[in-house]
Amino acid sequence: MTVAIELARLERRFGERIALTGVSVSVEKGRTLVVLGANGAGKTTLLRVLATLLRPHGGSCRVLGHELPRAAWEVRGRVGYLGHDPLLYRDLTGRENLRYHASLHGVAHERVTEQLAAVGLERRGDEPVRDLSKGMVQRLAVARATLHRPDVLLLDEPRANLDPGAAEQLEPLIGRASGSTRVLVTHDVEGGLAEADVALGLRGGSQAFALPSGQVDAAAARALYA
Amino acid sequence: MIGVALTILRKDLLLELRTKESVPAMALFTVTVYVLFHFGLDRDSLDGELASGVLWVTLLLAAVIGVSRLFAAEREQGGIDALLLAPVDRTALFLAKATALFIYLMALELVAVPAFALLLLGPDLSGAFPELPVILLLANVGLASVGALVSALAVEARARELVVPLLLLPLLVPLLIGAASATEPLLRGDQSAEDLGRFLGLLGAYDAVFVLIALAVFDFLLDD
Repeated sequence: MTVAIELARLERRFGERIALTGVSVSVEKGRTLVVLGANGAGKTTLLRVLATLLRPHGGSCRVLGHELPRAAWEVRGRVGYLGHDPLLYRDLTGRENLRYHASLHGVAHERVTEQLAAVGLERRGDEPVRDLSKGMVQRLAVARATLHRPDVLLLDEPRANLDPGAAEQLEPLIGRASGSTRVLVTHDVEGGLAEADVALGLRGGSQAFALPSGQVDAAAARALYA
Repeated sequence: MIGVALTILRKDLLLELRTKESVPAMALFTVTVYVLFHFGLDRDSLDGELASGVLWVTLLLAAVIGVSRLFAAEREQGGIDALLLAPVDRTALFLAKATALFIYLMALELVAVPAFALLLLGPDLSGAFPELPVILLLANVGLASVGALVSALAVEARARELVVPLLLLPLLVPLLIGAASATEPLLRGDQSAEDLGRFLGLLGAYDAVFVLIALAVFDFLLDD
């Protein structure tokens, strides 16, 4: 099976501070990597490196067969990034935001209406983002991240602020059914392990474990948060 | 690339129309400064070097406000990340931001120049046409290029309100010399075609140099 993401002794620093070190893991195409770890463990940094927003400072990082940062251009547009910030302009409507992103990604504007319907915002799509609830903004952010049908989805707590109904509604876009290779950051250890094919545990920027999910001891995973 | 630049520009202009965060602030600042000069200098009308200096220094200081706000939506709402994630040439971002600033400056001058004439020229601007619009146009191209460059440089800086004027104003000294020198005889009413040509040439050369520098380095400014 094709490897979509391959990390070998990945390292990333911010000045003197080491944010990630010695991270080695590979994820096959269409599979899910779940990243676990306490606040400050390096999870978001890892997602941003994979998204080409941060350069790796050591080791090797290959996404969709392209070495980063050298071939970042080949990867951009093929990843969907859903981080802490929704990356939406508050003074534009949901539809205007999606049309803007569609233009940047070369996606037909008809897709915007499809995405609004897929996240259940077809009737609120013409309201400014600042007037939407946090949950609705998160739904819109999911529509934005998946607008261009990315091969790789980088998801940082994607179900934050979502009610159970909304979380279920978004499954075809960000769940296993999306068919994309997923890197999922979560603090929900049991839920994350249930969803994972491979689990990566981070502690203080270092790799605590990288194992097929079936081999991960849930108690050891919970200990990352101790 | 032009299509992407137009997309970003359209978004910026729409945001400015809705939030009114840049142009009204620049215009209000400019008119306020001209009112202060009107009372501070205690003269009904200025001419020559003093008038030209007051006009241009005030416009450049007002431009600092626009430059500081140029990447505000990107910085505060994560738009930079969204642009970096898209498979687009970053030069398009420079073109869009420089064009947006150019439009803001033109809008500002539609208010600022009549206000300047009314408060500090008597008001008599008749001797400054049609040359003054050409000088404003050329100065705005340079100002927009340098402004977009400096704004991108300062986007991640913690003390960006300090960084923008400290970087921008020294870079604008040649532009100020060219624009003020070209305008000064117009406000005295004795501009020779030869002098005007020389200073317009200086402004044109400044524009060309900074547009080329910006196109060459802008891609690297946004890199991690």
